[in-house]
Amino acid sequence: MVRYVVKRILMMIPTLIAISIIVFTIIQLPPGNYLESYIAELQAQGESVDQQKIAFLREYYGLDKPLVEQYLRWAGGMLTGDFGYSFEFNMPVTRVIGDRMLLTVIVSFVTILFTWTVAFPIGIYSATHQYSWGDYGLSFLGFLGIAIPNFMLALVMMYVANVVFGTTIGGLMAPEFIGKAWTWDKVKSVLEHSWIPVIVIGTSGTAGMIRRLRANLLDELQKQYVVTARAKGLPPGKTLRKYPLRMALNFFISDIGSLLPHIISGAEITAVVLSLPTTGPMLLSALKSQDMYLAGTFLMFLALLIVVGVLISDLALVALDPRIRLAGGVTR
Amino acid sequence: MSADGPGEVSTIELEPAGTHAGHYVSTAPFDPASAARLTPEQERFYLASQWKLMWWKFKLHRVAVVSGLVLLVMYGTTLVTEVLAPYNLHTRNTDFIYASPQRVHLFHEGSFIGPFVYEQRKTLDMKTMRRNYTEDPAKPHPLRFFCSGDPYRFWGLADASLHLVCPAKGATLFLLGTDRLGRDVLSRILHGARISLTIGLIGIAISFALGLLIGGLAGYYGGWVDMTVQRVIEIIRSFPELPLWMALSAVLPVTWSPILIYFGITGILALLDWTGLARAVRSKLLALREEDYTTAARLMGAAPSRIIGRHLLPGFMSHLIASATLSIPGMILGETALSFLGIGLRPPITSWGVLLNEAQNINVVALYPWLMLPVVPVIIVILAFNFFGDGLRDAADPYR
Repeated sequence: MVRYVVKRILMMIPTLIAISIIVFTIIQLPPGNYLESYIAELQAQGESVDQQKIAFLREYYGLDKPLVEQYLRWAGGMLTGDFGYSFEFNMPVTRVIGDRMLLTVIVSFVTILFTWTVAFPIGIYSATHQYSWGDYGLSFLGFLGIAIPNFMLALVMMYVANVVFGTTIGGLMAPEFIGKAWTWDKVKSVLEHSWIPVIVIGTSGTAGMIRRLRANLLDELQKQYVVTARAKGLPPGKTLRKYPLRMALNFFISDIGSLLPHIISGAEITAVVLSLPTTGPMLLSALKSQDMYLAGTFLMFLALLIVVGVLISDLALVALDPRIRLAGGVTR
Repeated sequence: MSADGPGEVSTIELEPAGTHAGHYVSTAPFDPASAARLTPEQERFYLASQWKLMWWKFKLHRVAVVSGLVLLVMYGTTLVTEVLAPYNLHTRNTDFIYASPQRVHLFHEGSFIGPFVYEQRKTLDMKTMRRNYTEDPAKPHPLRFFCSGDPYRFWGLADASLHLVCPAKGATLFLLGTDRLGRDVLSRILHGARISLTIGLIGIAISFALGLLIGGLAGYYGGWVDMTVQRVIEIIRSFPELPLWMALSAVLPVTWSPILIYFGITGILALLDWTGLARAVRSKLLALREEDYTTAARLMGAAPSRIIGRHLLPGFMSHLIASATLSIPGMILGETALSFLGIGLRPPITSWGVLLNEAQNINVVALYPWLMLPVVPVIIVILAFNFFGDGLRDAADPYR
C-alpha cells in the first residue's frame, strides 16, 4: 500500500514537469515578450519608463537569456512560491491572484458534490428502469444538459435570478466580505452565492456522469451474480444494494479523472459570464493581453488541480477497493 | 391440398392391421443439405455484409434515424445558404436597428391574402433610449417567393440574386429580428451554419487521422513506442480542455487573415481531441494483434502497414466512426465557446459562436432576447449528433 502511494506520487513528477514545459512553450509562443510591448505602449502614451525597474525585471526573470534558462528560472521560482511578475497589473503574480485559486477549488469541489448527489439517484433509476418513460425523460434531460452551452445557461440563469429572486449575482460572496480575511461568515456567504455557478457548471458534467453511471450499472446488472442473487430469491432492493451498487460506488471515485477536467473547463467560461472572482475572467484577460506569467500560473494551477484530483481519486480507490489494493496495480 | 385442415395432409394413412405392409421408397431425389438449407430470408440475413447488417440495426433506432435526417437537412442548407437566407450576411438596414422579430400573418382584416408581414413602426423611448417596434396593422406587405433580392456571388462562382423568400418591395422581413447594425439574425444564423458545421467535420477529419496513425503505431509496435504515446496522451488529458484551447487560440497571431484563423482554430480543436480515438485504436489493436489471423498474415510475409490497414482496421472501423461522431459536438461547442469569449473566429467570418458574442451581457437577454437565438441551432446540432452517434455505436457491432 505505502509502496503504491509513493510510486503513484513519484509518477506525478514527470507529468508535472512535462506540463510545465508545455505551458511555458505556449506562453512563449507569441512573438516578442510582454515587457517589450509594455515599454512600447508606455512610450507611445508619452509616459516615462522606469528604466531601473525594467532592467531589474529583465535581469531577474532572465528575459534576455536563452529560453532554456528562462524556463529553469520560471520553474524554479514556482517551487519557491515565486510565480513571476504580472506586467499588466504591475505587481507580483502571487499578489494579483489573491484568493482566486482557493475560490476556484471551492467552486470545483462543491460542483463535484452537486454532480454526485444529482447523478447518483438518477443514474440508478435510469439503469434499473431501463427503457421506461422515466428513463427516456431523464436521458433526454441529460442530453439537453450536454447540448446547452454553459455560458448561455449562465446568462439565462442570471436573468431569471434577477427577475424572479431579485438578486444581483455577479460575484461569489456578499460585497462586505470582498478582500476580507476568511471567516465562517465569509465561507457561509460564498456557499450561499455559489449555487447558480454550481448548477450551471454542474449540468453538463452531471449529464455525462448519469450516462456513464447508467451504462456501467447496466453492464453490472447483466452479470451472472445478479442472476444468481435473484434466483436465490433476494428482494430487488437488496440485490441492488448488496452488489452492483458497490461496484458503481467505485466508479464514482474513478470517474473523477474524466469529470474534473470537464468541471474546470466549464467553471472557467461560466466564471467569465458571471464575473466570478475565480481564475476564469483573469485567465481570459491575461491571455488576451499576453500577460505571460499570470496566464502561465493559471494554466499550471488548473493542470495541477486535475493531476492532484486524479491522484486523490486513485488513492481513495486503492483504499476502498481490495482488488486493486491486493494486486498493487495501477487503476487505469 | 384439401381444405379440411392441416391434419389430413401430414398424417400418413396406415394400412389396416394384418395386411402386408409394402416397402415404401420415396422417388424424390435425395438432397443431403436439405436439413441445413436456409429460407431465403435467413440466407439474406446470413450473407449480408457487415455494413448492411449495421444499416438494418441502425434503422431500428428511430431517434438516431431522425437525427441523421436532421443533420442531413442542416448540412444540406449550407449548400444553398444564399438562396435560403432572405438577406446577405452583411446587409445592414440602418433604419431597423435591434428590430424585434416580425410575425408572419395569413389573414388581413378577416380575409385571406397569403403569407404577409405588417410594416414595423419604430418609436424611441426617450427615457431608456430603447427602440420599440410595433406592427402597423394598416399596411400588410405580402411576401414574395423565388424572388430577386440582395445580389450575391453563388459559391463565389456566379452572380445571382435568387432568394427563396423576400420582403415586398420597400418592406422588411426580419423573422428573427435584427442586431445592433440592423442585420437580419435569421440570415446570419443560416450563413453561420456553414462555418459552425464544417469546423466540426474538418476538425474530426484531422483528429481521426492523428488518432489512427498514433494509436495504430502504439498498438501495433507496443514497447517503448506505446509507452511514449501513453505518457503523451496522459499529459494532454491532464489539461483542462477549454483553458488550453483558450491559451492556444490567444496565441494565434493577430496579423493572420480570418480564413487562416479559421483553420488555426480547427487545428487547435483537433490537436487536443485525438487522444480518445488513439486510445481506442491502441487498445483494440493490442487485442487484435494476438488473433490467429494476424499471425497468419505475418507468417505469410505481409508488411505491418498491410496487416494494420487490411486485416486489423476493418475489424473495428465502425466503432471508430461511431466514437468520432460522438466527439464532433464537443468541437462545435468548443468553437462556439471560444468565439463567444472573443478569442475564436473573428468577423467577417461568422459562426454561431461569433453571433452569440453579441449576446454577452445580461442587458441583451433582457432587452433583445432574439440575439440569443443562434444558440438554438447549436443545441439542435449537438443533440442530433449525440443521438446519431449513439445509434451508430449501437449498430457498430451488428453481430451482438
